[in-house]
Amino acid sequence: MNYPVVVDVSLRPGIADPEGATIERALPALGFTGVSAVRAGKSFRLVIDAPDEATARDRARALADRVLSNPVIEVATVRVGES
Amino acid sequence: MTRVAIVLFPGSNCEYDAALAMREFGVDSTFVFHTATDLDDADAVILPGGFAHGDYLRPGALARFSPVMASVARFAAAGGPVLGICNGFQVLTEAGLLPGALQKNRGLTFLSEPTTVVVASTRSVLTRAATPGQELVIPINHFSGAYTCDDATYRELVENDQIVLRYRDNPNGSRDDVAGISNVAGNVVGLMPHPERALSTLLGSADGRVLLEGFVESLARV
Repeated sequence: MNYPVVVDVSLRPGIADPEGATIERALPALGFTGVSAVRAGKSFRLVIDAPDEATARDRARALADRVLSNPVIEVATVRVGES
Repeated sequence: MTRVAIVLFPGSNCEYDAALAMREFGVDSTFVFHTATDLDDADAVILPGGFAHGDYLRPGALARFSPVMASVARFAAAGGPVLGICNGFQVLTEAGLLPGALQKNRGLTFLSEPTTVVVASTRSVLTRAATPGQELVIPINHFSGAYTCDDATYRELVENDQIVLRYRDNPNGSRDDVAGISNVAGNVVGLMPHPERALSTLLGSADGRVLLEGFVESLARV
């Protein structure tokens, strides 16, 4: 069975995010006011072949923590079953 | 014959600088491809600068899974001298051989310029011939060089005297001006500046000599 997976990776709270901060500073000049707490991140979409959804989730979690994110500075969230 | 293994990842680009630097101090080097499963009986390992695996995902993130890295980890655990320069430093942190991580520079620009670094510890294989507090002009050449770690790791770095070099004028947002660190034993060192590009006053600075001379001396003791 193929399970679509989305992995979102963002910097841990408290870790400086110069990209997000730069975007946030630029927003008022572009006419977008009242926007705060901008954080930049990455999103990965993949398909995992597994016997059931729980197994797909476990594999996705391991992949997200071991490869797709660096747990020293980043956190990853895993969603299974969305495309 | 003393020999240094210089690890080649797809996208490494400072391997010849490193090899020339070793030759300058009378040490032969051999290029070891990332797919290798041993280090060819080398006396030391250098992970050179560049963009291993295109720096895709994160610098060093894919290189860490190269077959050769298992050999590098074993060599490091046995006390062998390992030096990661720039991208090599990023690979060492991703591989867990050095603590912390390298983030994008604070100013979000690629930095290529001479920097002044201050020797913070002389306990490492790279700084053993230098003097504490000595200022060295060494070039940097990186986009992701801001050293980052959590508070607990930082306290350990300080308590174990693992901060090897600090920037005098922090160019990239590194925590506590960190330019280079070592493992607890001092035999594994990573730094963002390029000492192998600071060997001649004709090319701007010869201040990298005291670092690489010390590194070469450390090989003789292995």
